[in-house]
Amino acid sequence: MRRVAIVGAGMTKFGERWEDSFRDLILEAGMQALQSANMKGDDIDALYGGTMAAGRLIGQEHITALIADYMGLNPIPATRVEAACASGGVALRSGYLAVASGHHNNVVVGGVEKMTDVSVSDATTALGGAGDQEWELFMGATFPALYALMARRHMHEFGTTEEQMAAVSVKNHANAAKNPYAQFQKEITIEQVMKSKVVASPLKVFDCSPITDGAAAVILAPLEEAKKYTDTPIEIVASTQASDTIALHGRDSLTSLKATRIAAEKAYKTANVTVKDIDVVEVHDCFSIAEIIATEDLGFFKKGEGGKAAEEGRTALNSDISVNTSGGLKGCGHPVGATGIKQAVEVVWQLTGKAGKRQVDNAEIGMTHNVGGSGATCVVHIMKRC
Amino acid sequence: MEMGSPMSWRMIPERYGLIGTRCENCGTNYFPAREVCKKCRRKGKIVPMKYSGKGKIYSYSLVASPPRGFELEAPYFIAIIELKEGPLITGQLVETENEDVKIGLPVSVVFRRIQASGEEGLIHYGFKFKIDRK
Ligand SMILES: [Zn+2]
Repeated sequence: MRRVAIVGAGMTKFGERWEDSFRDLILEAGMQALQSANMKGDDIDALYGGTMAAGRLIGQEHITALIADYMGLNPIPATRVEAACASGGVALRSGYLAVASGHHNNVVVGGVEKMTDVSVSDATTALGGAGDQEWELFMGATFPALYALMARRHMHEFGTTEEQMAAVSVKNHANAAKNPYAQFQKEITIEQVMKSKVVASPLKVFDCSPITDGAAAVILAPLEEAKKYTDTPIEIVASTQASDTIALHGRDSLTSLKATRIAAEKAYKTANVTVKDIDVVEVHDCFSIAEIIATEDLGFFKKGEGGKAAEEGRTALNSDISVNTSGGLKGCGHPVGATGIKQAVEVVWQLTGKAGKRQVDNAEIGMTHNVGGSGATCVVHIMKRC
Repeated sequence: MEMGSPMSWRMIPERYGLIGTRCENCGTNYFPAREVCKKCRRKGKIVPMKYSGKGKIYSYSLVASPPRGFELEAPYFIAIIELKEGPLITGQLVETENEDVKIGLPVSVVFRRIQASGEEGLIHYGFKFKIDRK
C-alpha cells in the first residue's frame, strides 16, 4: 500500500443556498479544491462522490456522472458512495483506498447535499431512511427521537444533564461564529438552548443540527508525489470504518457506538498514535448528545464523563482537546453527504495553519469521525502534517 | 415513507403475531426475526418463536415534531422496550396521559393503528405498548 496525502481542499459556504443548485454547489467546492492543489482536470484519474438522498431531495440519481460531466472531468471513472450521513467519510475512504492500492494516482473526492429544495418535513422524512424503515420509522421514530432515546439512557446511566448537552451546542456555535463557511454566525447561550422548542424530549431545537445546503471536496495524491502540488501536504495516516446494526434497538448499548470504538481503536493502531496525540478533532455531532458519546467512544474522556467535560469547557477551542472547531454539524451545518468531507477540509486547514480565528495552536495531528444513521456506519480518519 | 400493500402484508406475521426467531445453538432470542444468528452465523440453528408482548421501558422520548403520516398523533411517546424474552424493540406508548413515564416501568403490547399512508389511504396496524397498572 502506498502512503496517501491530501493536496487540495475546498468547500462552499454552508447554509440555505436557495440561489444555488446541487451542481452549482459541488462545482464550487470541486474547483476550489483543484485550484488549491494547482491541478488541472487532466491531472485527475478518478472521482468519488458522497451524497445520501439526492433522489429524494432533488429527484436526481447518478450524481457522480453528473459531477464528472459538469467539472469537465469525462471520461474518468466516477463512483457514488452512499452510507447515509457517513456518505462523505466513506467516499473519502474509497478514494484513499484507490490511491493507496496504486490503482489510481490523483483522485478528487467530493461530498454534497442540496436539502432546501423540499419542505423541512420531506427532508426529515428522507433522512429517516438512514434508520430501519420497517422497525423504527414505521413505528413513528424520527431521527431526533432515536438520538433522544440515547440521550435519555445516557442521563439514566451516567447522570448526564440537559444543561451539559446544551453546553455542546453553545461551544459549537461559538466556534461557528469564527468560521466564515459556517451556517450559523452567532453565539448562543445555555438559556437559549434550554428554552428552545422540544423536538423529541429531552432534545430541543438547539440540540439538533440544521437542514443545510453545501458541498466540500479534497484532492488525494500519493505522498511521494504530493510536493509537486502543494508545499503543505497532509498525510492520511489512518482510514478505518466499522458497521453495526441498522436499528438502534439491535445494539449492545444505547450509550456507546460500538462502530466508533472499533474504527477508532484500529485507527490509533494504524497511525501509531494515542488519543493524547490528537490536537484537533471533528466529531459527528448531528445532535448534542452525539458529541458527548463520540468524545467518550474515541477515548478523549471516560464513558459517562463526556457531558461533564463539555460543561467544564474541556472541548472548547485550544482547551484540553479542540472538538469541532468548524462549528460541527450543529454550528457549521449538516448537508448530509458533504459532512464527512467538510470534516477533512477543516482538519486540513487546521493542520496547515489556515483556520483563521479558530486556529488551534501548533496543530500537528487531527482526526475526523463521521457516523451514518444512529451508528450503523462509522468512519475515522487520522491526518498528520508532513 | 409511504408503505404499499405488499410491504404491509409481508410484515403481518411479525407485526400482528409477534413471531420472531430464536437460535437453538446459542439460545439468543431475536425480535424482529433474524434468519442469521449474529453470534453463531452459519452454525446457528434459527427457529420461529412467539413473543409474549411483555416487557419494560428501556428508554423513551416524547416526539413533538412528527414525520409524515404521524401528524395527527403528535405529541406521542416513542420508547425502546426490553422484552421479557430479551430483545429490545422500538414502539409507541399509548394512554400515557395519567402516567409518569419512567425507565423500568412494566408494559404490555396492544394492537393499534400505526399510520395512514398515501392517497390510497391504506391504514397500517401494528403493536404499541401500554404501561401496566398496579
Ligand atoms: Zn446463535
